[in-house]
Amino acid sequence: MCLAVPGKVLEIDRAAAPLMGTVDFAGVQKQICLEWVPEVQIGNYVIVHVGFALNTVDEQEAEETLRMLKQMGALDDEVR
Amino acid sequence: MADAPSGFDSFSCPVPFARYPQILLAHGGGGKLTHELIAQLFLPAFHNSLLEPLHDGAILTLPGERIAFTTDSYVVHPLFFPGGSIGDLAIYGTVNDLAMCGARPLYLSAAMIIEEGLPMDDLRRITMAMRAAADQAGVALVTGDTKVVDRGKGDGMFITTSGIGVIPPNVDIQPVRVRPGDAILINGPIAQHGIAIMSVREGLSFTTQITSDTAPLHSIVAAMLSACPDIHVLRDPTRGGVASTLNEIASQGGVGMELEEDAILIDEDVRGACEILGFDPLYVANEGKVIAIVPDAASDQVLQAMREHPLGRRASCIGHVVDTHAGVVTLRNRIGSMRIVDMLSGEQLPRIC
Amino acid sequence: MKFVDEYRSPEAVRSLVTAIRTATTRPWTIMEICGGQTHAIVKHGLDTLLPQEITLVHGPGCPVCVTPIELIDRAVAIALQPGVMFTSFGDMLRVPGSSTDLLSIKARGGDVRIVYSPLDAVTLAVQNPTRQVVFFAVGFETTAPANAMAVLQAHKLQLKNFSILNAHVLVPPAIRAILSSPTNRVQAFLAAGHVCTVMGFEEYIPLAEEFHAPMVVTGFEPVDILQGIHMAVRQLEAGRADVENQYARAVRREGNPAARAVIEEVFESSDRTWRGIGVIPRSGYRIRDRYRTFNAEERFAVDHIEARESPLCIAGSVLQGLRKPHECPAFGRECTPEVPLGAPMVSSEGACAAYYRYGKLAHG
Repeated sequence: MCLAVPGKVLEIDRAAAPLMGTVDFAGVQKQICLEWVPEVQIGNYVIVHVGFALNTVDEQEAEETLRMLKQMGALDDEVR
Repeated sequence: MADAPSGFDSFSCPVPFARYPQILLAHGGGGKLTHELIAQLFLPAFHNSLLEPLHDGAILTLPGERIAFTTDSYVVHPLFFPGGSIGDLAIYGTVNDLAMCGARPLYLSAAMIIEEGLPMDDLRRITMAMRAAADQAGVALVTGDTKVVDRGKGDGMFITTSGIGVIPPNVDIQPVRVRPGDAILINGPIAQHGIAIMSVREGLSFTTQITSDTAPLHSIVAAMLSACPDIHVLRDPTRGGVASTLNEIASQGGVGMELEEDAILIDEDVRGACEILGFDPLYVANEGKVIAIVPDAASDQVLQAMREHPLGRRASCIGHVVDTHAGVVTLRNRIGSMRIVDMLSGEQLPRIC
Repeated sequence: MKFVDEYRSPEAVRSLVTAIRTATTRPWTIMEICGGQTHAIVKHGLDTLLPQEITLVHGPGCPVCVTPIELIDRAVAIALQPGVMFTSFGDMLRVPGSSTDLLSIKARGGDVRIVYSPLDAVTLAVQNPTRQVVFFAVGFETTAPANAMAVLQAHKLQLKNFSILNAHVLVPPAIRAILSSPTNRVQAFLAAGHVCTVMGFEEYIPLAEEFHAPMVVTGFEPVDILQGIHMAVRQLEAGRADVENQYARAVRREGNPAARAVIEEVFESSDRTWRGIGVIPRSGYRIRDRYRTFNAEERFAVDHIEARESPLCIAGSVLQGLRKPHECPAFGRECTPEVPLGAPMVSSEGACAAYYRYGKLAHG
């Protein structure tokens, strides 16, 4: 359930109510409602569901998760 | 009936029938307006000596070989989409069906059912697209029919084309020829056509550079047959996508298939569109792709022939035919596990879930 | 695609599978709530990679599957009324009602349209002032703010020709119902990542404590799901029962307050019937009185709602994780994606459809 996809914010239309913007998904762009992420900046990533940004992607947390996984992989090799 | 004007070059010339900006029911009535439409739009567009007699059927002289004969109806909506129109599809689709038999396409017929109210400009654009496509494919449109239906009964336009082609002597393409061990090849990345259509469908619009891959496949097929006349199966993965086509062949041939996810190419932006709509690219329609199932020993040569052709630069081997799980197609994921690629049930619909 | 591809990495998958195998010393039963997670598990064959001791049970996390049959029948009846333009997400079109579904109505000439966003339905209402536009507002908490915004937009524009047929369901009450059942075998949950993106995960803390069941907020890619399972197993092995957040890149503890405020403005919680399960108290949303004019159930008087389920369909047991789809006598016979008897065979998130599509080889 809840198909939501991360996309990159390219443009923000601050005059629009509700707040709207152009979000890019690997080269495909759609007009997305940004009303619930008012602090978002161009270049940020947002999680998009049915035409709405649910949240911004916390890039630090994302990196943290991947770092932990890499460490796990490194440990893995040692065990073998 | 008026003589066809000669040297019809471009559709920006204000021909007399343009006093009707829209198709009327009378254009399908068989009377004066019908004849005007044929004489002033269709005849000049498709002009060739076989069409000129304007008899009920075209009289053709065919070489004494095996003939491929096919028919298809085109009901695409919207009529115009990035990369083409119903006109391109109507010609290339039938040309490709002939090519999938291993045949050299020769002659086409075109029956048009036009909805009352269709703008004449749209009809003109579609006709010109058909003419250009026929030229590109090296085929002649030798016979046709025109009907007009009441407003609201036609979705703009429907086109049915039938086609005849000639099959070279040492070519024998049929699903039952598929054998365990055969290589499964495709000429390029998938899912472009279906996504191009979706991008202009009301309620789903998104901005993209993705265009339909609609193209005539007869010349790349000819090149492939030169490299290996013993190709077992050719099929173009249109409606239902690669997955449905391979399932059909697996069923008809009584074999299994194993595909490699990594080998199936998808352009990044096509993938992006599939992600946001919730589509599986394996089930999205293609219009310029050919799947070839060939003896494994010949697969390198056929791939090379494909890659030397403009429509096959990114050709790849996407899997093999196997003697296990007859009728079932499986896929090895990037992460190393196997899954079944089933037949599509109904149409893939955009989802939120 | 950034923030997607990294979580499909084969190396990360291998590391996590090893880590799970190492951590598991006893049998455990874990339920993933969200249909999107079920879909990913079966599609990527993740359950085949896990050690035998781990049993994954698929939960009722498919709002399409749990929308009451009575509401499907009501949707069909409204769509058949003259002057109505019925709009919906694509997911709902093939869900079987008592006698037919929305896609068949479309084929019969009813004006049924697929939209990507609820705001598109509002736009259609603006563009077609002589038609009554009805939107099928289905979903978990993830979709509720979007559906609420549609109502607020319609209110702002003072539209007289827009209404929603509301069928929201909520996750925490469903978890409570599952854990309270005497036949429950589930010991830990993978909570729905996108639901928590909106709602946060605070409401799961009392549940985890009361039932001593670990809950891990989990994403949707193979790496997310395996990491969520790993975190759940570590807790189970240690006898802990905490709420953890695997999907930290998208989920904050408090969720998205702005989105929650919009839900709060338009909806209030109510009892709701879950198809195949029954009534779960305070497990749905209803439209608040101040916006009742946008409630399609009130606007359209519809009689003779049948609400008749197929006697062969065991969707309820499947949705509660008590039976697996291939254990259903009708699976693959009377009930297939082409001729579905119940909702889980229709939606690509439904457990039955996922099994039918991907699992035939493994499970026979």
